[in-house]
Amino acid sequence: MPETVPADSVGLVTPTLLHIDSPLLLDCGRTLPSYDLIYETYGELNQAASNAVLICHALSGDHHAAGYHSADDKKPGWWDSAIGPGKAIDTNKFFVVCLNNLGGCKGSTGPTSLNPETGKYYGPDFPIITVADWVRSQAVLADHLKVQQWAAVVGGSLGAMQSMQWAISLPERLRHVLIIAAASKLSAQNIAFNEVARTAIKSDPNFHEGYYAEHNTLPRQGLGLARMLGHITYLSDEAMGEKFGRKLRNGTINYGYDIEFQIESYLQYQSSSFVERFDANTYLLMTKALDYFDPAQAFNHDLAATLANIQARSLVISFTSDWRFSPARSQEIVNALLSTGKDVTYAEIEAHQGHDAFLMPIPRYMEIVQTYMQHVATECQS
Amino acid sequence: MSLRIDLQIISDWIPDGARVLDLGCDNGILLKHLQQRGITGYGLEIDNSKFAACIEAGVNVIQADLDQGLPQFADQSFDFVILSQTLQAINHPDFLLDEIVRVGKQAIIGFPNFGHWQCRWQLTFGGRMPVSKTLPNAWFNTPNIHLCTIKDFEKICTSKQIDIQQRSIVNHAHKDTLGTKLLPNLFGQTALYQLNKSS
Repeated sequence: MPETVPADSVGLVTPTLLHIDSPLLLDCGRTLPSYDLIYETYGELNQAASNAVLICHALSGDHHAAGYHSADDKKPGWWDSAIGPGKAIDTNKFFVVCLNNLGGCKGSTGPTSLNPETGKYYGPDFPIITVADWVRSQAVLADHLKVQQWAAVVGGSLGAMQSMQWAISLPERLRHVLIIAAASKLSAQNIAFNEVARTAIKSDPNFHEGYYAEHNTLPRQGLGLARMLGHITYLSDEAMGEKFGRKLRNGTINYGYDIEFQIESYLQYQSSSFVERFDANTYLLMTKALDYFDPAQAFNHDLAATLANIQARSLVISFTSDWRFSPARSQEIVNALLSTGKDVTYAEIEAHQGHDAFLMPIPRYMEIVQTYMQHVATECQS
Repeated sequence: MSLRIDLQIISDWIPDGARVLDLGCDNGILLKHLQQRGITGYGLEIDNSKFAACIEAGVNVIQADLDQGLPQFADQSFDFVILSQTLQAINHPDFLLDEIVRVGKQAIIGFPNFGHWQCRWQLTFGGRMPVSKTLPNAWFNTPNIHLCTIKDFEKICTSKQIDIQQRSIVNHAHKDTLGTKLLPNLFGQTALYQLNKSS
C-alpha cells in the first residue's frame, strides 16, 4: 500500500469470520449443516440501519473489496476504485458489506474447507451452490448484521446475477438494485467458454478427480489455462491491441516456440499468479453457478413475469465492447422491467475494455454510479 | 427554475397523474417538472452525458437510439409520448411517427417550422441554406437532417390517419401573434401538436 493512506481509501481493514450453525438447504437438494462466511465492512451502519449496501463479487472476486489488509499489500481490494470516502459508493454515507461467497476459497466455507463430517477437505464433494443459494446465505449475514433492508445491492457480472436474484427472491429487503455488465442467463457461447475452462482443469493430470489436495498437488496447468481463456474473453480485441499490440518481449522473433510476444508473456504471468491464489474446485463451482443462473426458468421463460414482483428501483449498466455480457443482454433485463412499469435507469457506457470494464474507474460510469448512489444516500437520511 | 416556454405548453397539455414517455429527454427537466404533478414515466436519451442530471432529478432515463423505433414498449402503453424539437434529427421520422402513435394514446410533437418566412427569404434571395435562431447550424454540421414545414407535417399526419387534437404555432419567443394565427406556415417558427391515431 502507499506510504500514507490516501484520503479516499478505507485504509487498513480486517475481515470478520462468522460461523453459522443453522443448516442451509441448497438448490441441489443437499444441506450444509453449518458454514462460515467471511466478510468485510466499510463505513458505519446508521441508527435506523437504513444505509447498508451489499457488494456481490464476481467469479474470481472475494470479500476484500476495498482498502488494504496490511501495509505490505501491493494492491487494494478488487473494487477500491469505487468504494471509499467520497468515492462512488461513499463510505462516509454507507455501511458497505462484502462477503466471500459460499463455495469460494478465501475464507467462506468451500471446497478447500474441512468437511466436519469426514475431517477431510470437501474438495469436489462440496455441493454445487447456485446464485439463489448465495442470496439465501447473504440474507443470513444481513440478519446477523441487523440489516432488515439494504439501501442497495450492487453487483457486476456474476455479482449482478446475485443482485438481480436479491430483487427477485427477497423483494422487500432492498430499495435499489445495481445490475452491472449482466445477463439474465448465459448464452450457449458463454456456457461453451465455461466448458472449455472446466475441461482444461479436469484434464490436468494433477486434478485427480478434484482430490488434488489429498495428493499434495494442484492442477496448475489446467486452472492456468482456464484463467488464460477467461482473461481473453473478458477483454476486447481493441483493449488487447492497445495494451500489447504485436510487441515482442525481446525485440526480435526467434523462430521458436518459446514466449515471444508480450501478450503471451502477460497471459502466462496472469495464469501463474492466479493458480497460487485460487482453487480449481471453486473455479469449477463458480462456472456452474454462472451456467445454471436462469431465474426466468421458473416463470415459463418470461423475464417480465420473473421481474414483476421486484420492488427495488434499478440501475442497469452495460459496456459497449463487452461481448461476454453484451449490452443486448442488459437491454433484455431493462425491457422486462419497462414492460411492467418498474423504475429503471439504463446506461450503455462507451468503453473499450470488454467485460472487465465493470471493474474499471471509467469516468462516465463512475459519474452515473456516484450520482445514483448519492440519490440513494439522500433517501437514507430522510 | 422556470421551464422553457414550449416545454411549459407541453406540460399544460398533460393532465395530472398521466403516464408519459419523453423521447430525447435531455437533462430530464420536463419529466422533473411533470413529477410534481404525479406524472411519471421514462425519458429516452441517446447521450449519457446528460444522465447524471436526470438521476439527480429523480428521473428514470433509458439510453436508447430513437432511430431504432420503440420496440421495447407495448402498444398504447403510455398516456402521452413526447417528442420535442427532435423529429427533424431522426433518420426515419415517418417510422418514428408510426411508433409514437402506436405506443402513446396521445402524442405531443414539436419541431421547427422550415416554412417560416425567414427560411424562405434566405433561400430565395440569399441563395443559401437558412440559418436562424431555431436552426442555428450550417448545412454541413446540422443534426437537423429532416426539416419540414407545418404543411408537410400536417400532410403526413393526414396520410397516416393521425388526428390533430390541438396545435400551438408560435414565433421564436414562443408567443402567438396575429401572423402566426393567420399564416402559421409563414410566421410560425415553432410548431407543437397533440395527436393521436384515428380509431
